[in-house]
Amino acid sequence: MGKNIGVYICSGCEIGNCINTEKTCQVAMEEFNLSHAKVHSALCSVEGYNFILTDIEEHKLKAVLIAACSPRVKTEVFDFPDNILLERVNLREQVAWCFEYGEDMQMAADDYLRMGIVKLKNTTVSEPYIAENINSEILVVGGGISGLSSAIEGAKAGYKIHLVEKENTLGGKLNTLYKQYPSRAPFNTLTDPVLKNKLDEVTSLENITVYTSTTIEKISGQPGSFDVKLLNGKTQNLKVGAVVAAMGWEPYDANKLGHLGYGKSPNVITNEEFEKMVKENPGLSLPPNILFIQCAGSRDKNHLPYCSSYCCCTSLKQAKYIRELSPDSSVFIVYKDIRTPGLGEEFYKEVQKDDQVFFTKGVINEVLTENEKLRVNVGKTLQDEDISLQVDMIILATGMQPAGTEELNLTYRLGKGLPELKYNFSDSHFICFPYETRRTGIYAAGSVRAPMDIAACTEDASGAMFKAIQCIEAAKRGEAVHPRSGDKSYPDLFMDRCTDCKRCTEECPFGTYDETEQGTPLLNINRCRRCGICLGSCPERVINFSNFSINSVSAMIKAVEIPDEFEEKPRILVFVCENDAYPAMDMAGTKRLKYSPYVRIIPVRCLGSINKVWISDALSCGYDGILQIGCKPGENYQCHFIHGSELTETRGINIQETLQSMMLEPERIRTEFVEITDYFKIPEIINNYVETIERIGPNPFKGM
Amino acid sequence: MEYKSSIKPTLIIGGGISGITAAVELAEAGREVILVEQKPYLGGNVVKMNNYFPKLCPPGCGLEINFRRIRQNPRITYFPSSTISDISGSKGNFSVSMVTSALYVNDLCTACGKCTEVCPEERPDEFNYNFTKTKAIYLPHEMTFPMKFHIDDQYCKKEACNKCVEVCTNNAIDFAAQAESQVLEVSSIVIATGWRNYDARKLANLGYSSSENIVTNVEFERLLAAAGSGNGKLKRPSDEKEPKEIVFVQCAGSRDENHLPYCSAVCCSASLKHALTVQEKIPGCKVTIYYIDLRVTGRNEDFLKKVEENPNITLIKGKVGNVEKNSETENLIVEAENILEGKKIKHTADLVVLATGIVSNELPLNLLTTQDGFLSDDQQEGIHAISCSKKPMDVSSSVKEATAVALKAIQ
Repeated sequence: MGKNIGVYICSGCEIGNCINTEKTCQVAMEEFNLSHAKVHSALCSVEGYNFILTDIEEHKLKAVLIAACSPRVKTEVFDFPDNILLERVNLREQVAWCFEYGEDMQMAADDYLRMGIVKLKNTTVSEPYIAENINSEILVVGGGISGLSSAIEGAKAGYKIHLVEKENTLGGKLNTLYKQYPSRAPFNTLTDPVLKNKLDEVTSLENITVYTSTTIEKISGQPGSFDVKLLNGKTQNLKVGAVVAAMGWEPYDANKLGHLGYGKSPNVITNEEFEKMVKENPGLSLPPNILFIQCAGSRDKNHLPYCSSYCCCTSLKQAKYIRELSPDSSVFIVYKDIRTPGLGEEFYKEVQKDDQVFFTKGVINEVLTENEKLRVNVGKTLQDEDISLQVDMIILATGMQPAGTEELNLTYRLGKGLPELKYNFSDSHFICFPYETRRTGIYAAGSVRAPMDIAACTEDASGAMFKAIQCIEAAKRGEAVHPRSGDKSYPDLFMDRCTDCKRCTEECPFGTYDETEQGTPLLNINRCRRCGICLGSCPERVINFSNFSINSVSAMIKAVEIPDEFEEKPRILVFVCENDAYPAMDMAGTKRLKYSPYVRIIPVRCLGSINKVWISDALSCGYDGILQIGCKPGENYQCHFIHGSELTETRGINIQETLQSMMLEPERIRTEFVEITDYFKIPEIINNYVETIERIGPNPFKGM
Repeated sequence: MEYKSSIKPTLIIGGGISGITAAVELAEAGREVILVEQKPYLGGNVVKMNNYFPKLCPPGCGLEINFRRIRQNPRITYFPSSTISDISGSKGNFSVSMVTSALYVNDLCTACGKCTEVCPEERPDEFNYNFTKTKAIYLPHEMTFPMKFHIDDQYCKKEACNKCVEVCTNNAIDFAAQAESQVLEVSSIVIATGWRNYDARKLANLGYSSSENIVTNVEFERLLAAAGSGNGKLKRPSDEKEPKEIVFVQCAGSRDENHLPYCSAVCCSASLKHALTVQEKIPGCKVTIYYIDLRVTGRNEDFLKKVEENPNITLIKGKVGNVEKNSETENLIVEAENILEGKKIKHTADLVVLATGIVSNELPLNLLTTQDGFLSDDQQEGIHAISCSKKPMDVSSSVKEATAVALKAIQ
């Protein structure tokens, strides 16, 4: 490709003292016949920027290579017109600052320049994919507190909302609420359920269409153009841009709580049943002694292992209205821990003021019926005492189970609902990114995502709705959403060579690929998060991005000058995940931690985006070893693309077969996992590997 | 929805995890935002954290992604070292006065570090809660964003020394720089000024001021951090000895009418996290946590289970009444009560961590507050307080709030 490339090498920040920049310039001019290769003492200064800009204008450059500091810094400075391809080569943090001074530094700098130039030659400007007729309407599934709030808030932002509820009325669990506990000051008063206000708002907002007694037959398509088939006696087709999934929760099945007396007596009921009872008849007469069993089937490995977050406050609420409705009744609350975090403590204190509400920590040993009454034996209470209480009624504070998202009926190859994280909750695995979804454009809201109360659901509903809106807006610009937000590149498939092996469809964490009836992968670009895992998975190498491709990385691998075996300078190719490992290497440089100069680093979008062909390319070129550094896999994985780094392990088996077939040692490839703050481990990781390679000796393919 | 350029940007006050999130989320939905941060770097409190519960993963991982989102988004303008002094106007048309302190190091700084090598002055490193020192011209921390050096006005001798100016080849240092004021015209305002921990000096019975080996939970993060006082090795401050016995005091000044009447929602999980992290750093180190209630909600129950299963960690329901120093050994005597067993305990530890709670940062602005000092939900239309400026909450909930408020800001 005949691109007019300008190469600019910075000699500032010690680079000029460590390498002969003029000599590196010669590499560009002599080896690549480039006419514009120059050195400047501070490319990031105003003069430096103008120095490049003048060249772009005068020489009609199409591409610019800046060999200076890490691309993670001075990003805003090197802002050139959109049609100019820009590539940064990191001579500062990953050469000058991390290698000992010497000829190896020069060799590394020259190699990185070569790699940068060939990468540019194999890169094109990313033209965004902007689908026609991006739809801005949003489907909200579920008409409980989360669905209602989501619809209202989205409509207020000017978006048209389709609110679908399978029951014949909106409101979900709110319909059975008698009172709500306060989530803000004053904490001394219970409030009326928020349902009526929400329903009034839904009615008043013209851009909400409500569909009750309606289910979803199927959802296909992608962000900006989902096709939805609704069923309510007849079939109805909708086009929407994004979806909020707010299916809510179900109470834990109390029939499984026989040990707590459920089923033994009609006077043992659940918190939900009690609420309904009072809602239907607030004037009902309540018995003198009522006992609450907290964590009934929660925090219990035989039932729900988790805490449902809402039950403590709910029992406090019920205790409070019992005392208001029936001042002669006493209330006992047996708990494991009273969990009223944050300002909920104020409400706890309010209820504690009532001297007829008794609290004790304890374990329920036994619940027995005694004539018309109930006997509760509690162990391990305060002071390690066992106590025995006779009461008239027991209320079991049962927890919540997510209703699940299967009813979305997605036509995706990877399943009908959203993937579930744990205990059937469709939650994000990421602390920093609670709305991360593996089905782009579809966002879980409320208690289908995690156990939460009304206030939390209301908040969560807005967040999920906002992400839905954002996804539509990004589709309009042809940009990826988090974590590669703004990325305009996308996978481009050369279908003639596709063998329908389905690896891309199976390995994509986001369900980007559907399949045609013939089994051919069908790309939905707006579902794609641009991680490149499909590129890494493809044995036929038919998947490429404009700026990240089989050819561009192969060319970079081959651009490195491999010294012959007698020079005793091994070459190690290091694939580095750009999310955490690359910044860790930069930080090692910033801290001037030194490591072996025999490494050549190629940043990749994710370890999962490494294609096997690069490994064989590198080994046949004569690299002595290949190191892959990425994010931690496993239960607490840190891979931003879910299982990208884990794939290196499963794919590793195939790679070991490649090594065997080439009669090479298994140590020629190693994978290391680091966290971003593990920069201090970088020298050890690299030096250890270099030592291993030096021990097993040079790659026999060197020079062949 | 087409955003018209006539819509003014949204102002976000506070560049911690909440403010950063609100900014990137809004900008990625197509809205222009201005992010103002008092410190010279973005990241707020979380950038000082060693790891997050329950994954024990480093905050830098998510921050790196967010910094990248900021760097490449033309719709975000950010002003570090800046504060807001006045807000006037109404929803859609606010005028906001912003003051940026004198930037002695300007944007030409490349963070090459020559200045700090020649700087003769030292200052206590507030980033490491003064456990360590930096030069008067310093890089606040290894992930500083924007990546540049900063001068501590209080310790730098400026022109009288001038050594840094002489070595800086980029003319990035200018002692003549002045504070600058400007007025921002914005449509809506998000207040994400966050929190600080409760002042442990007020907890006289817990001995904070009497021993270096009694630290707060936020300080403990820096004792653990790789770039903290022990370079990743946990040492106790008084003599750099590796602790063998650590006591955590939960609700240190929380759920206490004399101090903070509320619960801070994060301290239980934070101490559980600390206990597990200690096990990674010093296998076998004995950790005891004295608590009132273990408030670890939702799926984090698994995390509590993991702690309960660890043979080196003991959880005792009981309040700590007193902590005293043994001057000879620098060890600490913790007096507590085991409520479940009805026993009084005297527990000797070589390090005590006080799980102090969350206090909302005060603002010199005319905003409505609650009796607990947090910002009220009921601000003037167009002004939204979020996250720990509004009530105590953890990182994930803060990010949820910041995303939810983005929807309010486009309504």
